[in-house]
Amino acid sequence: MISIESLQFAYPQDGFSLQIPAFSVPAGQKLAVIGPSGSGKTTLLNLIAGIYRPDTGHIQVAGAPVHELSDAGRRDFRITHIGFVFQDFELLDYLSVLDNILHPYRITRALKLTAGVRQRACELAGQMGIGDKLQRHAGELSQGEKQRAAICRALLPQPKLILADEATGNLDPDNKLHILDLLFDAVDQHGATLLAVTHDHELLPRFDRVVDFHDFRQPA
Amino acid sequence: MIDSLYIAWKYVTFNKVKTTILVTSITLIAFLPLALQVLLNASEQQLRARAGETPLLVGARGSALDLVMNSLYFSDNVSQLISMRAAEQIDDSGLAVSIPLYVRFHARGFPVVGTSLDYFDFRRLEIKQGRMLAMLGECVIGADVAERLGLGANDSLISSPENLFDIAGVYPLKMKVTGVLARSHSADDAAVFVDTRTAWVMQGLGHGHEDVTRTRDSSVVLQRNERNVTANAKLLHYTEISEANLGSFHFHGDEKDHPLTAVISLPQDTKSATLLRGHYLEDKQYQITRPDDVIDSLMENIFRIKSVIDAVIVIVGFATVLTLLLVFVLSLRLRQGEIDTIFRIGCSRMTVARLLAAEILIIAVVSAGLCAALLWLVQANSNELVRSLILR
Repeated sequence: MISIESLQFAYPQDGFSLQIPAFSVPAGQKLAVIGPSGSGKTTLLNLIAGIYRPDTGHIQVAGAPVHELSDAGRRDFRITHIGFVFQDFELLDYLSVLDNILHPYRITRALKLTAGVRQRACELAGQMGIGDKLQRHAGELSQGEKQRAAICRALLPQPKLILADEATGNLDPDNKLHILDLLFDAVDQHGATLLAVTHDHELLPRFDRVVDFHDFRQPA
Repeated sequence: MIDSLYIAWKYVTFNKVKTTILVTSITLIAFLPLALQVLLNASEQQLRARAGETPLLVGARGSALDLVMNSLYFSDNVSQLISMRAAEQIDDSGLAVSIPLYVRFHARGFPVVGTSLDYFDFRRLEIKQGRMLAMLGECVIGADVAERLGLGANDSLISSPENLFDIAGVYPLKMKVTGVLARSHSADDAAVFVDTRTAWVMQGLGHGHEDVTRTRDSSVVLQRNERNVTANAKLLHYTEISEANLGSFHFHGDEKDHPLTAVISLPQDTKSATLLRGHYLEDKQYQITRPDDVIDSLMENIFRIKSVIDAVIVIVGFATVLTLLLVFVLSLRLRQGEIDTIFRIGCSRMTVARLLAAEILIIAVVSAGLCAALLWLVQANSNELVRSLILR
């Protein structure tokens, strides 16, 4: 699913650089990436998602050479092939839960918002246990409910790859395990690959594979 | 674009306070100068129309503007009065027909206009309900007076004392409303019309009281002889003129010396008008004026003031736009997280710009709609607004 070779990337401002000689994730794998803060975990997610372009090297996701795509191509690829789950959920308070889930469809032409998509959004929300809260504003939800809505938003376009950046970081211990279970179930159900950045070592045994990110980091 | 408008609509309706403040600010800054322009246009139209219909005005020397405003709009008071003799002089000259005006008193906040029946023909005022004035103590009222006071034919209306200290002098006169005028969309709608003699009764120049020769109350009579009866203040003065007591009403002194505020002069032709104006040119007591000229001069001053107000509005508008810009920039900063998120999801910068543009568009459209609705209201009621705000 993900294949990285000879990747080099540096932030021009602070001199931070990242070098990954080789890294791959097979399709369907649930991979946890750990490492200290500032080690470049989020940078890696942004490179894989095509938000950043590497200075040198190759990144292939689902067979597509992300590093070669144009800005518009990377955006279209990202929104159709990659689902993002953030630590702070990043829901829009002024939209209802349903509108938040459908949001990617409203901000790009690469996805078409149809009645079928709406139906699937409702079903997905039902599976996540927030089916009765679709018309509420996002701000009215609990933390756990917010993250469920955020997972629904990430999964709705049926992406091949889910990138989760500290997705359970803001949840209490009970919610943390429950949300992770829901995320795993959804990933399995959709046949997706999960790459999750986490600081929580308690969760690591549940993943198929754990990569310590400290090995990649190259000091400036 | 529809999706952008949908998301933008959700944003502006969710942030009600912010949206309300923005919409109110934009609406006001657009509405105020436009409304001012509408009102000025309407007031100019009204002032010029009524002034144009009134060929010449004769009044006491002094402010021509006060004379015109008092005679045409029943607003300002004239400081000097003329007498009924002035009207007779005009009629006697054969150059013009005179219509006397005595605009000094009020009844429940509305000006009482003492005049002759010719005034109604001159202004093409028609009776909508009831009948025209026929005897002393009667009045006909304008459409606004009838509406606001809830009066109709056969009701009564009491004149107000000139001031609080007038209680020992001019008695309030209870007038019988004989008719209501059809709406004319002019100052006549908000006036109470009486005969000039009725106005003089209000002033105390004419009065009616019980017949002292026939009274049986001996405490009223101070002294009685074969030729004279002297009564004291206990003598009953009538405050209402009825058919029963009409005969007791009388005027002291020569009626030709009784006061008027102005005389409308309707010259036979242009030559007569010129001759009449020439006649008053050197007069030390009277002035004759063309209301058109006075209104021209007034409008010049008004437009000079308006240009200053316009400049102030432009500066305030510029400051408001800068403030709105600041609000918008600060709002963008607050929403930076949201913008980053949708960008990470896969949204282009162009779409982000389109979302923000849609929000601005919605706020601008709502403000424009509100402004248009308010302007329509002002335009629809401009005549009344001008009369109540400007021509008071």
